[in-house]
Amino acid sequence: MKKLRKIAAWLLVTVFAMVLMADFLAPASYETQFRESPSASPSQGHPLGTDELGRDRLSRLLHGSRISLLLAPAAAFLTALVAGLVGGVAGYLGGRLERMAMGLTDLFLSLPWFFLLITVRATLPLNVSPLVSVLITFALLGLLGWAASARVVCAGARALRNADFILQARACGCPRARLLLRHVLPNLRPVLLAQFWISIPVFILGEANLGLLGLGVSEPLPSWGNLLRGLESFSTLGFNPSILAPLALLVVVVSCFQLILSREDLPS
Amino acid sequence: MWIRLAARHLATIVVIVLLGGFLGATLTRIAPGFGVDERELDVRLGEESLQAIRKSRNEGRNIFVFYGRYLTGLFRGELGESRALNRPVAELFAERIPVTLQSVALGLLGGWLLGLAFALPTAVYRMWYYDLFTTVLSGALLCVPSAVLALLFVFTGAPARLAIALVVFPKVFRYVRNLLVDTSTAPHVITATAKGLGKTRILLWHVFPAAAPQILALVGVSVSLAFGASIPIEVICDSPGIGQLAWQAALSRDLPLLVNLTVLVGIVTLLANCASEVATTAFTLQTR
Repeated sequence: MKKLRKIAAWLLVTVFAMVLMADFLAPASYETQFRESPSASPSQGHPLGTDELGRDRLSRLLHGSRISLLLAPAAAFLTALVAGLVGGVAGYLGGRLERMAMGLTDLFLSLPWFFLLITVRATLPLNVSPLVSVLITFALLGLLGWAASARVVCAGARALRNADFILQARACGCPRARLLLRHVLPNLRPVLLAQFWISIPVFILGEANLGLLGLGVSEPLPSWGNLLRGLESFSTLGFNPSILAPLALLVVVVSCFQLILSREDLPS
Repeated sequence: MWIRLAARHLATIVVIVLLGGFLGATLTRIAPGFGVDERELDVRLGEESLQAIRKSRNEGRNIFVFYGRYLTGLFRGELGESRALNRPVAELFAERIPVTLQSVALGLLGGWLLGLAFALPTAVYRMWYYDLFTTVLSGALLCVPSAVLALLFVFTGAPARLAIALVVFPKVFRYVRNLLVDTSTAPHVITATAKGLGKTRILLWHVFPAAAPQILALVGVSVSLAFGASIPIEVICDSPGIGQLAWQAALSRDLPLLVNLTVLVGIVTLLANCASEVATTAFTLQTR
């Protein structure tokens, strides 16, 4: 298992390095149209062929992977931050504040996550520039995915509330804010880190689902979500199997994230 | 005790649904484009009709008035009208709820049956190759977006409900498998094994009852999971259910319909969670 985790980590590092160097590795820009060769099969000039609009598939895959792979961790960081703040403060202070915070998490958890996502997405402008659509999509993922993590963090903070070192610090007259920032939150770091890692594959899949339904990142910017829309022309698979490349890469990356997470990190 | 427990759960559901509906209505109110009505551009409408449209729109400007009216309408069974589809929401719900409930119920049944069928042999026989196969299978399904699964079902001509089952299965399998394996190492199970009890008897009499409360707790979560998965699956498979309606409402920014959908889906998932919690409590009390 340890070996598998190492392989997964190396694979992830390789994919990350490749997408970071997308500008150098990609044969063309993600939006350049080769109008003379739309829906072309793989060739030397276009290793994965071109899409219906004549755009190089490899370039779009590399740039799309960069967007999904860099912004999903950013959204996960946002989630961990909100969860740490809500769960950490509520769990540490307890009482009415904890009940209120947990009520709020119940409210968020009462709706299926994807339903909540499309409901809130619908209330925001749909006809926006591609860059804004990227920011909206990942900010929403980050801001709506905190509830489950906050519950876990709250339980961790609650356990710390009566820990010996906290009681001692309190007895020494340590102010509440200092206690929270210097003693409680640093001790919640492992929990927050686990929640951060757990959220990344969830957000990658969430963006892919949103993109496939046309509510994610808008064209011409590529992302795994809108690249997967190429699968809708499944009948051309025999002619150009490279349309499966985004799905294959997504499965590899999400599997690597799942493998890296040890069983103890996974929510029970 | 049961009455108190049920009342507490019911009160929680009512408060959460009311708050959820209020939040939905607030989002509707602050959404860009609120108050803009395409009908005002219709040159066939006279001044009186336009005034009526503006009046009805202005009535909804105050969020408390809007939500208060919505709630009173709700108690009378009036859910308003969908702006995008120009049909009463109640009528749309009556048509679409059975479709989604049926596919979610069958998906849940399929997912749970598959999950349990794959997890039980892992806990009983501990064959590494079988464990590897099931782990890889469930892991692969966990890594595929539900919309892609739906696409595969469309191309193979398989029923959409099976796609929901395949979304639920890996979560159920992994949770149940880990739980059963953990419970199998409990001291009372080791004692039972040492005393020479059969594997099936140990599983049915000692492992399963100990793990049952936690397994029951997953039922509520899986309902929410299945409802979430039903959205992309119904959209891709063109199944006229609540998921497809939510997507249509989102794309056409039919916000009143979205508020109704929020309340409806909230009630269903909360009731499922409540039922699973009550069942867990009942089971725990009975086994004590």
